[in-house]
Amino acid sequence: MKARSAVGLLAAGAALAGAIVFVRTKSQVEREHVDVYFADGSMVSLEAGSAEGDRLLPLARRALASARG
Amino acid sequence: MVACPRMDAAQALADLTEISAQIEAAVLADHDGSVVASTLDDDAAAKSFAEAAAELLAAADEVRTGPGSDPLVQVEGAALDGSVFVAKDERHLVAAVTRSRPTVGLVFYDLKTCLRMLEREEEAKAPKATKTATRRPTTAKKKTEEAESESS
Repeated sequence: MKARSAVGLLAAGAALAGAIVFVRTKSQVEREHVDVYFADGSMVSLEAGSAEGDRLLPLARRALASARG
Repeated sequence: MVACPRMDAAQALADLTEISAQIEAAVLADHDGSVVASTLDDDAAAKSFAEAAAELLAAADEVRTGPGSDPLVQVEGAALDGSVFVAKDERHLVAAVTRSRPTVGLVFYDLKTCLRMLEREEEAKAPKATKTATRRPTTAKKKTEEAESESS
């Protein structure tokens, strides 16, 4: 009985950990951003929610929308 | 054969969409957003896309304006339903849209290749135009000299 509950607890813990990893990875990959590259090879990444990101993202969305009609 | 920069640009874009499977649509424009060539059938959509890309580039240019900072060369805007890429050289900008989560480095490489191809085409034509321009006054001068010698 004890062994069975230990296995159940382990399975539940693994499922929870997997779900957390999945949600965090997915949210990181699909986060909207604008990356600005300069001639010296440097890059500035502007996330949605930052002042610069929120200024540039609507322009990027507009460009996407106009290209797709 | 008459040199046509718009045909060269169209060829450069055709090559771009052929080599890059990720690119859905692309436009080549001047820095002010005037369309040079486009893969879009609708001219109004191409104009709107080029203007939006030029605007994005101009807005991104204001991100880092410190003294001695290097100029902006390219921008990627990643939205949930796709990405827009804009790269520029001294004369033109090229903008492209892709599906979401594209191979960023590869798309930028292809856009830069497109700009380089166009630049090379234009450079190859430039010396011929200069030669033609310099040859004409020489011929005219020769004819004037011949006419003068005939009359005297």
